[in-house]
Amino acid sequence: MFDYNFHWRPVFKSVPDLLDAGLLTLQVAILSMLIGIVIGLGLAVIRMNMRGPLYWFATSWVELARNTPALFQLFFFGFGLGAFGLHLTPYTIVLAGLSFNCAGYLAENFRGGFQAVPDTQRRAGLSLGMTSWQVYTRILIPQVFRIVYHPLTNQLVWAVLMSSLGMLVGFRELSGETQFFASRTYRIFEYFAVTAVIYYVLVKLILLASRLLAVRLFRY
Amino acid sequence: MIEIRGLHKYFGALHVLRGIDLDVPKGEVLSVIGASGSGKSTLLYCINGLEPIQKGAIRVDGTDVHAKGTNLNKLRQRMGMVFQQWNSFPHLTALENVALAPRIVKGKSRAEAREIAAYQLQHVGLGDKLNAYPNALSGGQQQRLAIARALAMEPDYMLFDEATSALDPELVGEVLDTMRVLAEEGMTMICVTHEMGFARDVSDRVAYFHEGVIAEIGPPTQIFGAPRSELTRKFLAKVR
Repeated sequence: MFDYNFHWRPVFKSVPDLLDAGLLTLQVAILSMLIGIVIGLGLAVIRMNMRGPLYWFATSWVELARNTPALFQLFFFGFGLGAFGLHLTPYTIVLAGLSFNCAGYLAENFRGGFQAVPDTQRRAGLSLGMTSWQVYTRILIPQVFRIVYHPLTNQLVWAVLMSSLGMLVGFRELSGETQFFASRTYRIFEYFAVTAVIYYVLVKLILLASRLLAVRLFRY
Repeated sequence: MIEIRGLHKYFGALHVLRGIDLDVPKGEVLSVIGASGSGKSTLLYCINGLEPIQKGAIRVDGTDVHAKGTNLNKLRQRMGMVFQQWNSFPHLTALENVALAPRIVKGKSRAEAREIAAYQLQHVGLGDKLNAYPNALSGGQQQRLAIARALAMEPDYMLFDEATSALDPELVGEVLDTMRVLAEEGMTMICVTHEMGFARDVSDRVAYFHEGVIAEIGPPTQIFGAPRSELTRKFLAKVR
């Protein structure tokens, strides 16, 4: 009933390649998070303070990012823009798609974070003669980051896992690389089993790093 | 000198300030008393431009606070404000709380700002708490921290918005003592307060607010000894 013969040797031989691809996964996830944080902060601030076209632009971004499949968002940057003659490299497609998605989710996290900081903090900063920019960067955002720190970690984990969609636009990150080897050797189960372990370890390392960083960052 | 002329302030349809005329000369300690909702705190927010006004004018040393083109950030550096909720910045130590504005607003060097901060914290009796985070301080200590933070900008005026009314009773004294020290040093102060003892003992003048107007203003001996307005008499009879 179960006559599948496991062949692990080819998988183990390509572990170094898989680990390299894992680094690429991590890289694109972290980069898209950084871009997502910057844009997400901007979107949140726009949505809280502005009306008119900018507000609608930011709101549409958040709505699209959160309410359509991440895969479709990747396809938009890949095949969608491709249809208009704009051909991005697989790396750029994944980076753009993930950043778009992260920015949308993070914008809502940040908005909740800003609302959790009492308005009196803003007033106290202004009353000291600070500009709005200084109030945001020195007083509000540091507090918001503490509030959204764990959601932020979750989003990074999410980005790592979601980057596996990159395989569908020809990006050879961890999943793409696995798929490549698996289809050459037909050891599909073995390859994806090992890759699952690599993803698992990667995520655990991120969670550990996040916990250590929190101890270092939040001493209050 | 703070000059207020014909000030009207609305929150939507609510007419909060209904024609305030008031001069506060340099060196004066003015206490503002009155029932909740009479517009006392709103007046302070209008003076430092945190709330827009609908009619009238407020001038601080000749600068029209609400005129277009007034640099509010510059103006606010001259007016320290202490709020009812002690809003120390929770992510910064006491020293950093106080040193932040001198450094980023006034452009002092890091070392200089920390020196100012240490001095002001000593001034309000928190010399042993320089590296404490606000969550390790009591309400009274946090409120004194807020006072030190405002003083570090070397303001000409200090506005106190019910600085003690959110504190536990046993912590009120230490904050009032700090305010007393400032008054003795000659700081110009407008104190919105429910502390009648403080208003009587420390202020040069007391203004009684009633429904958005100054019902009576005069030296504490007048307000507390022989109030001329029936409204003042009624209010004081209730709070005593």
